[in-house]
Amino acid sequence: MAARDQHGIGAPWGDAAAGDPANRAFQVVGKPHRKIDGLAKATGRAQYADDLVLPGMLHAKTLRSPHAHAMIVAIDASKAKALPGVHAVITGADLPIKYGVIPWTQDEHALALDKVRFIGDEVAAVAAIDEDTANAALKLIRVEYEPLHAFLDPRESLARPEPKIHEESKTGNVSKHVDLAFGDVDAALASAEVVVEGDYVFHGTTHAAIEPHCAVAQFSAEGRLTVWSSTQITHYVHRALAKVLELPIQKIRVVQPALGGAFGGKSDPFSLEFCVAKLAMFTGRPVKMLYTREEVFYCHRGRHPMKLRYRTAASKDGKIDAVDAKILIDGGSYSSFGLVTTYYSGQLLTGPYHFPTYRFDSTRVFTNKPPCGPKRGHGSVQPRFAFEVQLDELAEKLALDPIELRRRNFQGDFTRTVNGQRITSNGFLACLDEVERASGWRARRAKLGRGRGLGVAGSMYISGTNYPVYPNKMPQAGIQLAVERSGRVTVFTGSNDIGQGSNSMVAYVVAEELGMDVADIRVVAADTDLVPVDLGAYSSRVTFMVGNATIDAARKLRTQIAGAVAKEWQIDAARVRMGNGKVFDLDSTERCITTAEAFQIAEARCDTLGATGSYNTPTLGGDYRGGTIGASPAYSFTAHVVEASVDVETGRITCHKVWIAHDCGRALNPMLVAGQMEGSAYMGIAEALLEDHGVNRFGLHAGPSLLDYRIPTSVDTPELRR
Amino acid sequence: MLRLPKFEVRTPESLDAALALLAEFGPDARVIAGGTDLVPNMKHELVTPRIVVSLARIPELRGVGDAGAGWLRLGAMTSLADVAADARVRAQAPALAQAAGLVAGPQLRTMGTLGGNVLLDTRCQWYNQTYFWREALGFCLKKDGTLCHVVEGGSKCVAAASNDTAPALMTLRAELVFVGPQGRRVTPIDDLWLADGAANKKCASDELLVEVRLPPTGPGHRGAYGKLRERASIDFPLLGVATRIELDARGTITDADVVLTALQARPVRVKRAAELLLGVRAEGDAFLAAARAVADQAHRQAHPMPNIPGDAEWRRAMVPVYVRRTLEAAARGAGPVHAV
Ligand SMILES: Cc1cc2nc3c(=O)[nH]c(=O)nc-3n(C[C@H](O)[C@H](O)[C@H](O)COP(=O)(O)OP(=O)(O)OC[C@H]3O[C@@H](n4cnc5c(N)ncnc54)[C@H](O)[C@@H]3O)c2cc1C
Ligand code: SF4
Repeated sequence: MAARDQHGIGAPWGDAAAGDPANRAFQVVGKPHRKIDGLAKATGRAQYADDLVLPGMLHAKTLRSPHAHAMIVAIDASKAKALPGVHAVITGADLPIKYGVIPWTQDEHALALDKVRFIGDEVAAVAAIDEDTANAALKLIRVEYEPLHAFLDPRESLARPEPKIHEESKTGNVSKHVDLAFGDVDAALASAEVVVEGDYVFHGTTHAAIEPHCAVAQFSAEGRLTVWSSTQITHYVHRALAKVLELPIQKIRVVQPALGGAFGGKSDPFSLEFCVAKLAMFTGRPVKMLYTREEVFYCHRGRHPMKLRYRTAASKDGKIDAVDAKILIDGGSYSSFGLVTTYYSGQLLTGPYHFPTYRFDSTRVFTNKPPCGPKRGHGSVQPRFAFEVQLDELAEKLALDPIELRRRNFQGDFTRTVNGQRITSNGFLACLDEVERASGWRARRAKLGRGRGLGVAGSMYISGTNYPVYPNKMPQAGIQLAVERSGRVTVFTGSNDIGQGSNSMVAYVVAEELGMDVADIRVVAADTDLVPVDLGAYSSRVTFMVGNATIDAARKLRTQIAGAVAKEWQIDAARVRMGNGKVFDLDSTERCITTAEAFQIAEARCDTLGATGSYNTPTLGGDYRGGTIGASPAYSFTAHVVEASVDVETGRITCHKVWIAHDCGRALNPMLVAGQMEGSAYMGIAEALLEDHGVNRFGLHAGPSLLDYRIPTSVDTPELRR
Repeated sequence: MLRLPKFEVRTPESLDAALALLAEFGPDARVIAGGTDLVPNMKHELVTPRIVVSLARIPELRGVGDAGAGWLRLGAMTSLADVAADARVRAQAPALAQAAGLVAGPQLRTMGTLGGNVLLDTRCQWYNQTYFWREALGFCLKKDGTLCHVVEGGSKCVAAASNDTAPALMTLRAELVFVGPQGRRVTPIDDLWLADGAANKKCASDELLVEVRLPPTGPGHRGAYGKLRERASIDFPLLGVATRIELDARGTITDADVVLTALQARPVRVKRAAELLLGVRAEGDAFLAAARAVADQAHRQAHPMPNIPGDAEWRRAMVPVYVRRTLEAAARGAGPVHAV
């Protein structure tokens, strides 16, 4: 196993550039195949966590804090325990071990131990014969609180160190502070021909995935625990369960059933996973917990509100000399991925434009609000919004076309950013050209009339990073392939299909490599008893990393099978080709057998067939603390143009049309890529115009429902062109 | 999912049987029509009836028909979708058709009824929340508590009338037909309202709304509805404006009416609308000036409070804009004014 950075030689799609006739050789890749679970989902047959019903299963509910910040003085659950139908009540004392997705900032308890930190924080859990009994029991639990000052404004958290929301934080209510400078920013600012500066605010938003969080646990007579959970990171849930429950990790099995959307909102280990497990252990019966929509809003982990200040220095012809950022991040009540968010808020801005010098100073503080975390485009969306607006301000000041300004600052391909990130291929200019052309930018922009206009923005994002959350030297993604002599291949993958299509993606890759029909490939995924580890569906890493691991495994298998067939035919292995469900001799194509026959030849000549593959990142990133966070083996690039109008009387903005261009590398399935492009544009517009995840003056969530949290309906969605 | 509290459903097949159930169970019973307001309110434990009396099996409550002398009768159980699509309603009462067509979203209009909309509970951001949420707040005056959070230290509930059809029906001078233990009563919709958000309707719990009657309108009738909301579907109004203009054969205004909703506990009639528009031709600058005068008057009268979500100042600023635009739409025979 080696850290591999490219596909290596011999890839069927290998080294051909776009437009190269060699691309025509693809049989699966690049074609709009349906998702392997598409029909099951469309016909209502897919099994989600809440569809699981086990014999004797109990239902669990969570008691939540009505205080934004308070000490727990006493909990009396005796009345709840005495209610007929109640099987167990647990509190913080039953799960006293801390966890948290980032090993260095573990500050969460499954149930509050001695204090609560936001309205909705988990305090106790009840397992009962049904949901109504569990709910009735919650009302019988008496909790005595001693309220503390509640922090609702991040500026106050910064200014006021006491009372501390987390006793263990080193400086007051600061969750994380990162201050990094690359080059002499001050000198560049002092000598610049123009400087623009401004303050920007990004309010909070949440994921609003269709499926609420749900977990089911079963504890066997042999002392083995199984947890089915709507998680997007089985592996971290697995580790966290072992830690908190003090069970040997090999006795725990975590399974992710079909999942109804996540967008980052199911990346953390959540209270319900520990609670159902503990309750199953206590009662000896399977236990299910399904969050209400309101509870989903409380567990949140959505996009951080940020207050951002940017200064950009440039020459008169629009070339950037320096960018200087100061960012205050409202983290809510727990750390979650906050350490990464704080780095990402600065580290991911250094493309697609060239920054000769750059500095960012980002501070994440705790507040007594639902905890923030990763959401689609984690940590980069807020700075990107602010900086792209600042670029427009610069363009205006210099009387330059905003697209032209962006073009002039293009960083180029195969380069290194000022903060040490390695950029390989870079299609940003092509994206800009395309949206400029498609939107009729040049001809139309000045002629749309008052109140209507075209706007542009560019961006870049990672394809995973070489920071594996917990330090280890093992692969980030592993794959196993099992071959059956009938001509069927099963892929075992730890990756989490959260609707993005990763299970389909591995099937396409195997089908391409072994020249098979996608229908003859089965995928077993996200079940820790059955599959090798993958780090999970986050940081846009899955297609890149799991895809490369799959190529690795499939290619080993291909070599083995082709070798066996070559021996059988007594020809050179290079002459054996696999394609269209057939294996044939390149030099005399009439010598041709089915893939199944080839499998049988190989099985007879070699052994039971199978292969493993893996992916790990090469060494990347700058040589400084945090230099690997945000360092990705590959970046994707994008440009959007939006046509919008504002009603000058009402102030309402209507987004009429969006033109989207992405450089995501090779589109393994263009239909799924298009879905991602549409979904992200729609989500971005909604975050800009409609959605607002806030609390009121009491620290209560302003509207924890899909009526009051306004995700766009179909009639609010503009036309999307890609 | 939020659980519904336990209750029993009764499905009487006649009005008399329904009334008997209401009399028998008194405050323990509650009528359910489409349930699109009642069911969420039950899930939030705002109302927890032991008996739910469904009107679904009483056929005479459903449908649009002729009530004689040019009057239209709309059964209380007629769905909002049917009201919005009915050709007679569209011709005789365009503002009502438009308002019904903008309630909530398509699924809810299929279930939701006209009667349920007229009798919709008032709404407030401190009230239309789950039990947990309200408990964390310390409840409020309207339900389980003693304080109002809209007006700090307030001692009166100012939850907002939020039913879209109410202002339209008021401009149309609709009448409501109730039946109760005392028999039938017919009341102009104007007389339904009380200025109390906790209970904004004069309607006893043992009464049933059976139909809404619309007086005839002539060829010079114009009406439109304007609705301010954040999304172009689903959302309740942040402001609702119903307008009516009557024109003579030469296109001169002979009568007019403008009613606003979603501001306070009851719909509000804009004063002097008819006076300001009377004798003006419904086009051109003169009309625009008159419409502006009505808009200014509406602005003076409107004092939205932070009862429902949305910035109250912005809602107030939108009052004259929506009044003017909705009057213009009515004059053009167009509307609704929406999603702008
Ligand atoms: C997401 C959402 C969005 C919504 N948006 C809007 C909106 O934009 N505008 C709007 O106006 N409404 C809206 N509503 C509320 C509701 O859907 C409508 O007002 C609908 O018309 C209510 O009718 P219903 O038949 O469902 O009433 P129900 O819920 O069945 O009843 C409502 C009330 O009236 C009583 N009642 C009903 N019929 C009778 C009768 N014949 N006699 C006596 N009492 C009766 C019930 O006891 C209950 O108190 C929305 C609701 C939801 C859930
Ligand atoms: S207006 Fe006041 S009393 Fe009425 S529902 Fe709202 S908060 Fe409660």
